[in-house]
Amino acid sequence: MQSSATARKVTAEGWLEPPPLPHHYDTVENHQSALRFGMWLFLGTEVLLFAGIFVGYFVFRAYFPESFEQAARHLSVKLGTANTLLLLTSSLTVALAHHNAERGKNRNAFWLLMASVVMGAGFLCIKAVEYAEKFREGALPGKHFRFSEITAPGGPIFYVVYFFSTGLHAIHVVIGMSLLTWVAVRCWRKEFSPGYYAPVENAGLYWHLVDLVWIFLYPLLYLV
Amino acid sequence: MTAPITTTSMAPAGPVFPKKHYLNDGTTVRSWLLTHDHKRIAILYLISVLIALFLGGVFAMVIRLELLTPGPTLIEALTYNRMFTLHGLVMIFMFMIPAIPGVFGNFFLPIMLGAKDVAFPKWNLTSYYVYLAGSALMLWGLITGGADTGWTFYTPYSTTTTTNIAPVMLGVFVIGFSSILTGLNFIVTIHTLRAPGVTWFKMPLFVWSIYATSIIQVLATPVLGLTTLLVAAEHTFGFGFFDPARGGDPILFQHLFWFYSHPAVYIMVLPAMGVISETICAYSRKNIFGYKMIAMSSLGIAFVGFFAWGHHLFTSGQSAFDAGAFGAISMLVGVFTAIKVFNWVGTLYKGSIVFTAPFAYICGFLFFLVFGGMTGVALATVSLDVHWQDTYFVVAHFHFIMVGAVMMGFLSGLHYWFPKMFGRKYPENWALLAAGLIVLGFNATFIPQFLLGNAGMPRRYYEYPERFAALNVASTAGASLLAFGFVIIAIYLAVSLKYGEVAGRNPWGSRGYEWDVPSPPPTENFDQVPVFTRGPHEYQDIPEELAKVGHAI
Repeated sequence: MQSSATARKVTAEGWLEPPPLPHHYDTVENHQSALRFGMWLFLGTEVLLFAGIFVGYFVFRAYFPESFEQAARHLSVKLGTANTLLLLTSSLTVALAHHNAERGKNRNAFWLLMASVVMGAGFLCIKAVEYAEKFREGALPGKHFRFSEITAPGGPIFYVVYFFSTGLHAIHVVIGMSLLTWVAVRCWRKEFSPGYYAPVENAGLYWHLVDLVWIFLYPLLYLV
Repeated sequence: MTAPITTTSMAPAGPVFPKKHYLNDGTTVRSWLLTHDHKRIAILYLISVLIALFLGGVFAMVIRLELLTPGPTLIEALTYNRMFTLHGLVMIFMFMIPAIPGVFGNFFLPIMLGAKDVAFPKWNLTSYYVYLAGSALMLWGLITGGADTGWTFYTPYSTTTTTNIAPVMLGVFVIGFSSILTGLNFIVTIHTLRAPGVTWFKMPLFVWSIYATSIIQVLATPVLGLTTLLVAAEHTFGFGFFDPARGGDPILFQHLFWFYSHPAVYIMVLPAMGVISETICAYSRKNIFGYKMIAMSSLGIAFVGFFAWGHHLFTSGQSAFDAGAFGAISMLVGVFTAIKVFNWVGTLYKGSIVFTAPFAYICGFLFFLVFGGMTGVALATVSLDVHWQDTYFVVAHFHFIMVGAVMMGFLSGLHYWFPKMFGRKYPENWALLAAGLIVLGFNATFIPQFLLGNAGMPRRYYEYPERFAALNVASTAGASLLAFGFVIIAIYLAVSLKYGEVAGRNPWGSRGYEWDVPSPPPTENFDQVPVFTRGPHEYQDIPEELAKVGHAI
């Protein structure tokens, strides 16, 4: 990747020339739309992946409404809200990065993407603080549950849902941060121009999905 | 002065093997293992799925030999449980799901669209290695951990069994990822890489069925992925999500599992239907009857298949209304399948039928699909299902669809496209003999199982009462016949790879787009962007040189 990028020519505007069009596409537009369409389909699969755990949430909430309410009160709304704000802002910076990359302003896009990565890291830190609290309290899933303040039955199940859904989401945050870092590096090398910016767009789409999943998890776990 | 002309006209008239093609474009191991060429990836898949078929077949034979006598015959009870788990998992996840999309889909979908490759060739190769990695993980887990849950992993047994199932679950998760990548790649390819002239309704029907299959793969597989992760986490960390003792719900597992695994049946059978739509035209020398109906019924099956999962839960405490609703929706699958069958039979009507081995498999396919489909409608009837639930009747029903229909489709396609893929013909007489053995052997294996199930023999039992002995012997005898048929196919196809007669561009005189390129095709498929002026299944104005089927007879 590195060597091929340095070998590429620089255009008059100071952008690196886009990588050559794969031999089986006839136009750049066709290739770009294929990349975009592929990403949207992939996001569809991610939605279905999380849909399964949401189904679990609703089933068990219907079984154990009381313990779900009790458990929700033991989650820190403050930290949850802070995390929501972090992710929403990081989505904004990603959108702005896309806006800049589309116009070939690679350096702006770089800083905006890095800001998003930092906010993603902040999200994970806050999440770690929350997890540590749960571990201290013994508010843990399944057979590890020993949290005395939830009196209604179903407490262990709430924490299965909580840890599994937020854990799966956290893995996605890590993947998203890696993708954003990767396109940020490419921004630094000035690879994007009005004719070629699909990687920024796709990494951004992925980040928005990570954000979107959280937007559903946050009210279901913390607020309802 | 006329000498040169005379020389050329006296040259042998037979077809010539092309000098340069995808098989010899790079001969190093590296050029195969790191290839981005969809045709070579298809060959990699072909090798892998055939190994999986062999393994799954061996496991099946061990099961059948064990059931030859009512008591213990060959293996212990626990080994028997491991054997049917291995058989189910290998056949479904390593053979049936990747077989037709991975092999024929990869090889022919781009050619049928007039494209040089699939949309994302690198991801295509990745999906193959993900498939290999997942299969290796799953097999390793099965062999060292000794999972004995059956392929359905029903909770709470799967979450409490002492055998180690976590690597198996993760293996299935990884294979699922490969399946998603393949489906995604095909959908994008179909949307973006159609050559000029290939409009949606000029796509070959095989492409339509792969399209419907891919939609299911993309939408259903993630749910299976999540379910396997939950079971693995539950087994490893004691989550209790599916464990009633901790407030969990084992039935929720069944819902999540069948939400994928019922549509997965259509992931397996729709591509086979697509193959049959191609071959049935070629061997009846007639336009496909009801093109749009066949194309749309594939999407219909894909759609309805998502709302039929509840028919696996008739005896799991589902409400009578739910059971009735799921039963009725399941029957709609029968309606869409019937649309296809009537159209295929309509295609045969007054056609000029050429009875080759692929055609023999078409006949087998039609019989097995109708028979398996009709018993499926019977099973979707709640009151009948209560009697047949978890008996050999169910085993026989889904083997009629999965082995009967899918295997017939796979073998029909393998024989039909063998000359295109490898440039050589197979021996037709041997192929017909093997086809006969397989169709007869299949009937002999599974028709007794319908009777056994109806008489009350439960599935997955190690021993059975004396009165079931005769039918079990018949079933094992049939399975041996089936195995013998496969051995014959393996031998003659292997020999034909090297010594088969050179096939030429279009030995069947088929009108499918893929027959316009040389056999075997060059790496780039087409020298320039092709323009297809005819439809893919048009036989009314066959050019003189294609009017006769030249392959075999």
